[in-house]
Amino acid sequence: MAKERHVDLGTTVIEMRNITKKFGNFVANDGINLTVHKGEVHAILGENGAGKSTLMNQLYGMYPPTSGEIFVNGKKVVLDNPKKAIEAGIGMVHQHFMLVQPFTVTENIVLGMEPCKGVSLDMATARKNVKAISEKYGLEVDPDARIEDISVGMQQRVEILKALYRGVDILILDEPTSSLTPQEIKELIDIMHSLTADGKSIILITHKLKEIKSSADYCTIIRMGKYIDTVDVEAVTENDLASMMVGRNVTFTVEKPEKEPGEPVLQIKDLHALDYRKLEALRGLNLEVRRGEILGIAGIDGNGQTELVECITGLRRATDGSITVNGIEVANKPPRFGFENGVSSIPADRQKHGLVLEFSVADNMILQNFADEPYSHHGFLDQAAIRKFTEENIEKFDIRPRDCAVKPAGTLSGGNQQKVIIAREVNNDKDLLIAVNPTRGLDVGAIEYVHRYIVEQRNKGKAVLLVSFELDEIISLSDRIDVIYEGRITGSMPGKDADENVLGLLMAGGKKHE
Amino acid sequence: MSKVKKALESKLAITVFSIVVSFVVGAFFLAIMGISPIEAYAKLFSSIFSTPKNMAYCVVYGTPLIFTGLAVAFSFRTGVFNIGAEGQFVVGSMAACVVGILVPAPSIVLVPLCFIAAAVAGCLWGLIVAFLKVKWGINEVLSMIMFNWIAYYLSNYIAGFSLIHSDGNAEATKNVQDAARILFPESWRDALCPSSNWGIFVALAAVVVVYIILEKTTLGYQLKAVGFNRHAAEYGGINVSRNIYTAMAISGALAGIGGAVQLLGMGARISIFTSQESYGFQGISVALIGASNPIGVFFAGIFYGALKYGGSKLNLIGAPSEVVNIIMGTVVFFIAISHVFRFTRIRKSKKKKEGAQ
Repeated sequence: MAKERHVDLGTTVIEMRNITKKFGNFVANDGINLTVHKGEVHAILGENGAGKSTLMNQLYGMYPPTSGEIFVNGKKVVLDNPKKAIEAGIGMVHQHFMLVQPFTVTENIVLGMEPCKGVSLDMATARKNVKAISEKYGLEVDPDARIEDISVGMQQRVEILKALYRGVDILILDEPTSSLTPQEIKELIDIMHSLTADGKSIILITHKLKEIKSSADYCTIIRMGKYIDTVDVEAVTENDLASMMVGRNVTFTVEKPEKEPGEPVLQIKDLHALDYRKLEALRGLNLEVRRGEILGIAGIDGNGQTELVECITGLRRATDGSITVNGIEVANKPPRFGFENGVSSIPADRQKHGLVLEFSVADNMILQNFADEPYSHHGFLDQAAIRKFTEENIEKFDIRPRDCAVKPAGTLSGGNQQKVIIAREVNNDKDLLIAVNPTRGLDVGAIEYVHRYIVEQRNKGKAVLLVSFELDEIISLSDRIDVIYEGRITGSMPGKDADENVLGLLMAGGKKHE
Repeated sequence: MSKVKKALESKLAITVFSIVVSFVVGAFFLAIMGISPIEAYAKLFSSIFSTPKNMAYCVVYGTPLIFTGLAVAFSFRTGVFNIGAEGQFVVGSMAACVVGILVPAPSIVLVPLCFIAAAVAGCLWGLIVAFLKVKWGINEVLSMIMFNWIAYYLSNYIAGFSLIHSDGNAEATKNVQDAARILFPESWRDALCPSSNWGIFVALAAVVVVYIILEKTTLGYQLKAVGFNRHAAEYGGINVSRNIYTAMAISGALAGIGGAVQLLGMGARISIFTSQESYGFQGISVALIGASNPIGVFFAGIFYGALKYGGSKLNLIGAPSEVVNIIMGTVVFFIAISHVFRFTRIRKSKKKKEGAQ
């Protein structure tokens, strides 16, 4: 893909020199340098916890550096609150949007700087202004739509417009693609380029290498708080970037031996279910997962994936149809029943469903098995046995920090929290493993690890149902791919000859052979 | 383990700090009323510590509060907010009273029977609310406040039955039989105070039992899992509704037993209420001061009891005993906002460290 470049190397807009940030004894940033030019997309790459967000939060005035200097347009500045950063021309779009849900797009954009006529708001002018910027940068939005009614991609545009409306020239995007569909990601990249064409600069915080390759001009890599390098993105491969980020060689391709799938484990026939609004979310869904097979469910968020998984795990009532695991009906049974009959799962929301964050890692390891031997006897927990089991798994699954057994699970990083869940579910040793967005928010090293474990389960003859919004993940792991659209499976294909474009079309509701 | 210890220590530090500040606030109000705070506090402390009799009274006053405190603390830990300990205390007390008056039996049978009746009554009172919550999603705080009043009027209604109503003119029930009382032997009471009773040992036993349930058993594990994160608990296959029932049943039983201890140890009879007695509400303060930890609750209960008793003597020097309520209210206030304190303290210490480096 030919990438537009608008970098003006003669004009430096941001310079961060030797930035060090300490929290107590913990050094989050250790002498980091960053130079951003006019019209440049500059990616900041690093694993979770490497110090990317810390660095950007200092640039956006959330907290001051312990030492080091920041220059904006050649002038030394002290940014001790976001307001000053905005005045200096720096805007930030956070990973979690900060929008007022019941307000319209226009109201959100002008919030805090509303045009006034006397004492009353001048919404007509506001609307006109919003329209003008949105047209200028090709950021199409409906100025009158309410935030709660528009998609995540649209909400992100509103956030970007909000920053532009405040006249910023430097835009920080924090993990902007983490909740977007492939289509929306493409559109976002186009928007980024139209902004740089206009002389704006963009700092992109991410750990997705593909996006860096397709959107960024330069990339600064941070590892464990330390500055590693700044590279011209054209001159490096994804593999180079990954090894710089992780500090070792990383493989992307998942080794997967050919395997003939065995008898069916999960069979779903004509499944119907309602969503939380009592609207029909599943409308006669059929699927089958067999032993030694990974079935990937591709689809855009909100097409019934959540409801499907909740029906299998017993958290949601099926209004019609059947779900069997090894021939046993599990629909409309309590979660415990499914578990006892062969269902284990890695839930989509690990902090809400996967873990009790206040519990120690050890207590989380036995969430389903606390009442079983050897973890308890006659209703009394056996702390020694629980501890032993946990320590073994911390070692085996490389959960960090090593002494986390008694620490609350909430203190672990996202990747390590996920490892705790995987360790638990793998130990449960059930015939069916459901994994929902198992690598969401994880960095390359952790992703590789999670993928390896999922494939290992398949190789051991388990049936794996993989639901993910990451198309790459679906394609690289699945033996077979089903596309879900509006509560039905609308297409199916073998994983090895799956094509991203065909899948994308099916996910958007298109037919297979049209 | 050192982390846990640290957290406990800092919680303890906040509690002590809150108590000190509360006395300062109380002094301020006393000064406004033209009463010397030094004199008032001297009276308060001498009423608490001067004689074994006074100290014994503090324990007697504190005992029922340990139970309601445990009831509330237990509910906090398991994700329901038992603001209904008041009602459970009242029905427990009344159940023990009815049994204590009517059942002719020797002490060895009668006392346990009274306790069982109280526990069952409190437990049922809690279960009704749990049922309303599980079945129809009725907010437990609302229904508990209503059930507190239902208990209040029910108690007054039952106290009016001729079978148990006082034969004299008193607006109260008869006294329970002597066999139902749990007073210390005569000689001990002479040394301590007339109301000294075995209740404090029952309270100690309850503290141990609650501690074991919460920390050592699979039941406590489930209850806490539901309390911290019911979604994860449900996902893990724990039956959330059943746990709400269990939590409310145990919490209600604890408050009910508190009612029995108060009756069999101290009151001996139940008067027609003219206002809520507030043992249950004071239990909320006790639970907060005790950081919802059974052992903490034990000391917080004694502390509250001591202030209650000491405060009742303030009238003697013309100071209003309500000062004690101001102090207690302020303690709770400061503990409730302790998160803010801890936060700023951590930030400050961070800044200091950074500055030093």
